[in-house]
Amino acid sequence: MTPLEITDRLKAKLGDKVVDAKIDGVPDPFVKIAPGAILDAALLLRNDAEMEFDFLMCLSGVDNGKGILGVVYHLYSMTNRHKITVKIDIPVAEPAVPSVSSVWAGADWHEREAFDMFGMTFTGHPDHRRILLPEDYPGHPLRKDFKVPEFYQGMKVPY
Amino acid sequence: MEPLLKGLLGNDIITYVIMAFVPLLWVVPYALFAVWLERKVSAHMQDRLGPMRVGGWHGWAQTIADILKLIQKEDIVPAAADKKLHFLAPFVVFIGSYAAFATIPFSSAYVGSNLNIGLFYIVAVSSLVVVGILMAGWGSNNKWSLFGAIRSAAQIISYEIPTALALLVAVMLTGSLSLQEITKYQDGGMQNWILFGGPASLPGKFLLMPFTFVSFIILFVASLAETNRTPFDIPEAESELVAGYHTEYSGMKFALFFLAEYANMFAVSAIAATLFLGGWTSPFGSFLGGPIWGVFWFLSKGMFFVFVQMWLRWTLPRMRVDQLMYISWKVLTPWAFACVLGVGFYLVM
Amino acid sequence: MNDLLTHPLKTSTGRTIRSEEMIINMGPQHPSTHGVLRLEIVVDGEIVVDVIPHVGYLHRCFEKHCESMTNYQQVIPYCDRLDYIASMNMDWAYCLAAEKLLAIQVPERVQYIRVIMAELQRIASHLIALGTYGLDVGAFTPFLFMFRDRERILDLFEMTCGARLLYNYIWIGGVSHDLPPGFVDKAKAFCKYFRPNIKEFNDLLTYNEIFIKRTANVGVLPKDVAIAYACSGPMLRGSGVSFDLRKDDPYSIYDRFEWSVPVGKGEVGTIGDCWDRYMVRMREMTESLNILEQALAQIPDGDVASAIPKRIRPNAGDAYVRSESPRGEIGFYIVSDGSGTPYRVKARSPAFVNLSVTPEICRGSMIADLVAIVGSVDIVLGEVDR
Repeated sequence: MTPLEITDRLKAKLGDKVVDAKIDGVPDPFVKIAPGAILDAALLLRNDAEMEFDFLMCLSGVDNGKGILGVVYHLYSMTNRHKITVKIDIPVAEPAVPSVSSVWAGADWHEREAFDMFGMTFTGHPDHRRILLPEDYPGHPLRKDFKVPEFYQGMKVPY
Repeated sequence: MEPLLKGLLGNDIITYVIMAFVPLLWVVPYALFAVWLERKVSAHMQDRLGPMRVGGWHGWAQTIADILKLIQKEDIVPAAADKKLHFLAPFVVFIGSYAAFATIPFSSAYVGSNLNIGLFYIVAVSSLVVVGILMAGWGSNNKWSLFGAIRSAAQIISYEIPTALALLVAVMLTGSLSLQEITKYQDGGMQNWILFGGPASLPGKFLLMPFTFVSFIILFVASLAETNRTPFDIPEAESELVAGYHTEYSGMKFALFFLAEYANMFAVSAIAATLFLGGWTSPFGSFLGGPIWGVFWFLSKGMFFVFVQMWLRWTLPRMRVDQLMYISWKVLTPWAFACVLGVGFYLVM
Repeated sequence: MNDLLTHPLKTSTGRTIRSEEMIINMGPQHPSTHGVLRLEIVVDGEIVVDVIPHVGYLHRCFEKHCESMTNYQQVIPYCDRLDYIASMNMDWAYCLAAEKLLAIQVPERVQYIRVIMAELQRIASHLIALGTYGLDVGAFTPFLFMFRDRERILDLFEMTCGARLLYNYIWIGGVSHDLPPGFVDKAKAFCKYFRPNIKEFNDLLTYNEIFIKRTANVGVLPKDVAIAYACSGPMLRGSGVSFDLRKDDPYSIYDRFEWSVPVGKGEVGTIGDCWDRYMVRMREMTESLNILEQALAQIPDGDVASAIPKRIRPNAGDAYVRSESPRGEIGFYIVSDGSGTPYRVKARSPAFVNLSVTPEICRGSMIADLVAIVGSVDIVLGEVDR
């Protein structure tokens, strides 16, 4: 399926949950979905016989600035050999996203990493802990407003 | 040698002390040499040179330097260790393996103690090593060490059975448990080795040979397991258990474990050589025979098996615990029983 | 095996003998965790009941660093340090993403040089993976045989860019230097020298009875689990899925070469066991040699620096580009805000994703198997922890 067909199908099934879609003029065509609907969209994307996105290539957290965080899902279908990018925007004030680790098991660690770095919480995640940073690390360092603390556990952080 | 010393010194106690120290004169230099040899053997098998600098010629002084280093090292005892067991373990292990040398005849003139139950004594006393290993594993208070110790205990106890059965074949043929007697039984050249059926008549040799051959192989494989050498080195499997039961040892105590391991390697090789390859007897009958050449033949046969052990170590991967047990109980033990049975039938007939 | 837990033993006086599971820590300092991976394992005797991997001991804030660079080019040395035993592939993956954002085409000769470097690097990386795998199951000698051959590849790299481990050779739009004179001949000589050695490795380790006993039917990763966890590279192919990005989502000039994708067939055990993963790597080295020989024969003359942009300022937008590293799918997701520095770089590292499946396939095996399984995943902690 071409990206256009995929977005059309998503729009047809999810209606106004599809916030935005861009096919031309961008390196990777993407669909933007309302954050609350991501689990439905994920299930649809994986289970729909024509789309069958069974391979989650990548899941990245992004800080879009202006108090908006984002999660980007790069999907691939091993059977149909097509790709799509799914994006969601979430307000930094209430950064909760439904977890998709029940849909793609590989999302587990990626979501933990996104939580670790950006602080969005993935509701329904089986093991919601930090992954790369220590458990007691203050803040989420990849947010654009993150300031490196002067001290960490009483030790001076160099420079 | 014993009567000579007694006559010379006129004192039993001093005689026994000297007799007891003689194997040490061999074991310590041997261990230094064997460690160096192992490094060179492994290096040449792996397309490299190994130690080349210390001492000049091919790094001959490398192990001496290592021992000097180990002596100077701080002796670290983990805070939570069982101090007494942790301290005693290396000595128990070394005593266990050294005590086995007591009844091994180095030549027709020297055997530490010519016990009439020498072989039985060796089997019994070498089990002391397990106790030491268990003490080390438990006393270190380290889970990995404990794993190593438990594995080791299970392994050594399992492999005692095929070992003992394989030894029994030689005992049945010679009718003696004294290693000196067993060696003398095989005197007269290569064809008299128990490996080739002993000094029996030609048809008898052919009947016996399959059994003696198989039991020799069983003995060798089982002795590999008893010395914790690859492919049976699971108690100290580096990639799994860090260093197994001696993870928490350093300095001289570690060196003692090392010494014990190499002493053990030679002990089992010497037993295999004595029982099946004629011990100190010359392979060419009376040519190059006699007590002095006897020492040479005995040590060369022993060292040959030490070399084979090294060769195997640097060639084979390691077994898994369950596979190890499988080999002992389901392969070696039944075959060893078959050998005992076969030899028994032959003797009855 | 859990008999003791469900039917506790009783002493002669009827008292229950206490038996419980033991939690042990494997790593971060352990000989066979290939770096600073920590596995919290719950064992019942020798049987592994559960494994909880803890990563992050080698976290070096790669992504944060990328955002604070002054330009795109400066990220490349950091990419080197991601997967430090396959640096060329890492550099290339990042450059592919940046080039996609910039929409530039690289010259023909550069394409060939990159393929040659990447395939040499793949062989070098697989040699480490296979050698250390031998170490994990207790065979020491193959490791040094493989290092001997890897050394030759490093010599080729040193000749090209002066470095032996972290190259900083592949740049956005080109490569830092052209190939030195005599490189092509030396690389051809290497191919000729190396091909028979693969058979030597097979004789020494692959078909060793004990090695097969240790790896066959161990850590079986079924196809559907592999896809669900987004495993890639030899991990996925070992499970019988013929999926190689060089073939199935071709980038650069891989569609010009003739080669095949080795997959696990369960020759000595079940499809997807450790031996299959091992063997896929072994066979991939032969395929890499095939590609190398073709690329070395076809490499055209030309300029290598013409496409290197003086000033890198991609338009605002984002791109995810993936390529095949020795460990699997290495993807770079770069977000640009139109300035000279990347706004966000995410490295989707194959080892990170492949590692996340280990708890799934370790349960019920023995401690010795656990070591074999972790070894067969072939992790590089630099890349897992970034």
